[in-house]
Amino acid sequence: MECQRPVFATPDTSHLSPQDFDLVYEPAEDSFLLLDALESEYFSLRKLRPTICVEVGCGSGICITFLASMFGPGACYICTDINPTAAKVAAQTADQNKVLIHPIVCDLVNAINDQLRGKVDILVFNPPYVVTPSNEVGNGGIEASWAGGEKGREVIDRFLPHAVQLLSLQGILYLVIIKENRSDEIEDKMRQFGLHMTTVKNRRAGKENLYVLKFTRVT
Amino acid sequence: MKLLTHNILTSNIIKGVTRGFPLKIKSSRLEVKEVDFNPDFILRILPKLDWSALRQAATEVGYGNGLPEELPSSLEGDDSLQKTIHNILLQVEIVEGELECPETGRKFPIQNGIPNMLLNEDEVS
Ligand SMILES: C[S@@+](CC[C@H](N)C(=O)[O-])C[C@H]1O[C@@H](n2cnc3c(N)ncnc32)[C@H](O)[C@@H]1O
Repeated sequence: MECQRPVFATPDTSHLSPQDFDLVYEPAEDSFLLLDALESEYFSLRKLRPTICVEVGCGSGICITFLASMFGPGACYICTDINPTAAKVAAQTADQNKVLIHPIVCDLVNAINDQLRGKVDILVFNPPYVVTPSNEVGNGGIEASWAGGEKGREVIDRFLPHAVQLLSLQGILYLVIIKENRSDEIEDKMRQFGLHMTTVKNRRAGKENLYVLKFTRVT
Repeated sequence: MKLLTHNILTSNIIKGVTRGFPLKIKSSRLEVKEVDFNPDFILRILPKLDWSALRQAATEVGYGNGLPEELPSSLEGDDSLQKTIHNILLQVEIVEGELECPETGRKFPIQNGIPNMLLNEDEVS
C-alpha cells in the first residue's frame, strides 16, 4: 500500500504588498495549479533524488519556494526571471519561508544552459501563455508575465529546445499552458526532441482552461 | 549570489563569445550567512560542478584557503574539506559586485545578491 503523501503548505507571501504586484506577477490560478501538480507528483519526484531543480520565470518565487520546502536542503533551487524585480522578490519569498534559493536575472535559461546541460532533475516553467500581438512579447516588466504572442506560444517555443538540453536522464519538465497554446503541437515538437508528454492537471479558471504538462525522456 | 551560482553562469550568451566561463568575480560587499550543513548534498552536487572554477572563484573573493588544486576522488569521511566546500558554495554570498566576461571584459552587475545577465539587443547572439 502506498503511504500517505505529506501535505505541503502554500508558501507564505504575506511580506509582499500590492505595490510589489504592480511590478511582479501575483500568484494566481495558474501558479496554484502548478503547486497542486508538483504536490501530486511528490512520490515520483522524490524517487529521482533530485539534486538540481530549476524554475524559469519565477515571478514572486512561490513555485521554487514550494519545491524547496518539498525537497529541502538535499537539492539546490535555481530560478531565473527576465524581470529583475521578480528575482529580488523571489529571494524575499524564499527568506520568508526559510528556504534557500538561487535567483538569476537572465533570458529563459541562456546564462546557465551550457553548465547545466543534462544535469537538471526538476525543471518548471509557468510561462507567459496569453495570446497577444507579437509586438507585446519581450517588452519586460509586468507585461512579460503574460504576453505570449501568437497562439501564446512565442516564449514557450523558444524555451522548449533549451529544456531538452537541460534535463538529466531522469529529469522531468513541468510546463503550464492554456488550451489556446495547442498542447498537440507542443507534444509533436517535444516528441521530435525525444520527450514524452502527459497531462498532470487540468482546471478551468474563469475563461482560462489551464493544463500542467509533464515531459520525460523516452527511454 | 553564492559561488554555486557563479559555477553555472557563462557569458556565452554574448554574440561571438565561446569561452565565457568561468566569469571573473569582483566583490564589493560579501557576507557569510549560515546555511545548514548537508554533507549528502555536497557529495552529490560536486561531480556536477567545475572544481577549478569554484576554486578560482573562492580565491578571487578571498576564501581560497584549504582548497586542494585537485578534488580528491572521494570526499567521503573528509568532514573538514566537506565543511570548507559547504562554506564556499552556500555560505559565502556576494551581495554587491560584478561578474566579468573572460573573453570581452563585458561586466554584469550583482545587486542585492542577484546577478543580472541581461544583454542589450545588439549584444545578443
Ligand atoms: C505567468 S508568470 C509566472 C510567475 C510564477 N512562476 C508563478 O507561477 O506565479 C511568468 C513569469 O515569467 C517571466 N518571464 C517572461 N519571459 C521570460 C523570459 N524570456 N525569461 C525569463 N523569465 C521570463 C515573467 O517575468 C514572469 O515572472
